[in-house]
Amino acid sequence: MIVWLDVLIQGLLLGGLYALYAAGLALMFGVMRLVNIAHGDAVVAAAFVAIALQTAVGVGTSAALVIVPIVFFALGYALQRWLLNLTLGRGILPPLLVTFGLSVVAQNLLLEIFSADSWSFNAAGLETLSLALGGGVAVGVLPLGILIAAILTTVALEHVLRRTRLGMAFRAASDDLEAAQLVGLDHRRLYALATAIAFAVIAIAGVSLAHRTTVAPTDGPNLLLYAFESVIIGGLGSFWGTFAGAATLGIAQAIGLRLDPGWGPLAGHLAFFAILLWRPTGLYERTHEWA
Amino acid sequence: MSAGFGTGAAEATAPGNRVVLRVQGLARSFGALRAVDGVDLEVRAGEALGILGPNGAGKTTLFNLVSGDLRPDAGRVILDGADITALPPHRRCRLGIGRSYQIPRPFGGLTVLENLLVAATFGGGLAAQEAYAWCDEVLRRADLHAKADALAGGLRLLDRKRLELARALASRPKLLLLDEIAGGLTDPEAHELVALIKDVRSTDLAIVWIEHVVHAIVAAADRILVLNFGAKVAEGAPSEVMANPTVQAVYLGVEP
Repeated sequence: MIVWLDVLIQGLLLGGLYALYAAGLALMFGVMRLVNIAHGDAVVAAAFVAIALQTAVGVGTSAALVIVPIVFFALGYALQRWLLNLTLGRGILPPLLVTFGLSVVAQNLLLEIFSADSWSFNAAGLETLSLALGGGVAVGVLPLGILIAAILTTVALEHVLRRTRLGMAFRAASDDLEAAQLVGLDHRRLYALATAIAFAVIAIAGVSLAHRTTVAPTDGPNLLLYAFESVIIGGLGSFWGTFAGAATLGIAQAIGLRLDPGWGPLAGHLAFFAILLWRPTGLYERTHEWA
Repeated sequence: MSAGFGTGAAEATAPGNRVVLRVQGLARSFGALRAVDGVDLEVRAGEALGILGPNGAGKTTLFNLVSGDLRPDAGRVILDGADITALPPHRRCRLGIGRSYQIPRPFGGLTVLENLLVAATFGGGLAAQEAYAWCDEVLRRADLHAKADALAGGLRLLDRKRLELARALASRPKLLLLDEIAGGLTDPEAHELVALIKDVRSTDLAIVWIEHVVHAIVAAADRILVLNFGAKVAEGAPSEVMANPTVQAVYLGVEP
């Protein structure tokens, strides 16, 4: 029994990291119907930026958690405003093609700069600290911190979405862009802000990733896959749905891992298919668009 | 921007008021189809101009050209003296154009109040407290106050139409474009909506209204313009226009 409780906890902690991957994707897709193929690569890039900062100027965890999100906020804004906005409104293909291209560019750029080795952020012992929960079960402080970060991020995103003017604008544009423009919404700036926020979350995910494990330039596509699965399992109804989807994926993978070291991701994919068959719209579906 | 609600049609119409909308030689084709074929029109502050015409006459296309959903092939759109022909829809809204659609397009996932707040905040440029106060007033006038927190996607048709009108008003327009707002409603419902429109008229607001339900528009409009095949065929006071034999042939199918 304890063994399975441990699996559940480890799965949940893993889900915390996946929730950070998925939140940015959910935001961009929810507001703009934009699927960013380079999403995973952006997370990896953020991880590398954190590592590079540490190598160059010796920043620690707190500094990284402030600097990288700010940099990525600006990067996301610029990317959406001056590149991705141009791909929208002409069907589903242009955004996919352009972001696919960005993915290729990002991976190769990272390979050029960092070579194909795996790197990691030195968190000065944080990686090995653990908290005993009693009954022989212990959780790592770092994964717990990441889970808490994921929860806080989800709370913040839901707050922005439901209780601020900006969030109202996001929901309106998501429901009906043309009508939104006709009541005065400038979608170019609005979309740029959405991507900026998504990228800030990506940055937090990247910094977390760099702390928790080693990261290599070509890790992006896998992350995209987990983020995608989390968003789809969770449904597009709310960010808590995305969180639930990520937790489900994490737990499924942990169960698979416990059964056999090679079955982690596979168990996740099987769970994904099973849930898709059972509830095609995901756990939290959109009733009236973003209701 | 319009100062608020007026006291109705009685004191609204005054010839000599400033021209709010001027359309000059507006034209738009879709392939070989000339949807709007060189239309000129003028609407003054306080006026209600009705636009009639058979299906396919170019009425909605004309609205799309004025609101910015479509760009014209030729001609100009001038709002309060400023040439807005090249401006995108959201800029036109901020400059004072409010529009309602034929088939209401509420933001389904937002509440009724939130629908108005979006318009008041972004289109109307109002800050927090003012926006709430203004939306509150608009809700009362549109008889939607009781449903302020209801999700727009769940409203029945008459309420959606009310919301459509209210949302256009929430952005504090100088020019209100109403597209077949009475369509699909029963007679009593249409009367309610017409009464609401009469109620919101004021000396600062110009209304242009496309309608199929002839009796509704004849009752509420100061002037009527009839379009056919994208061009103007008649313009004038309602009784004159409806008695015009060309109009009767075109619109009502009566032989001239």
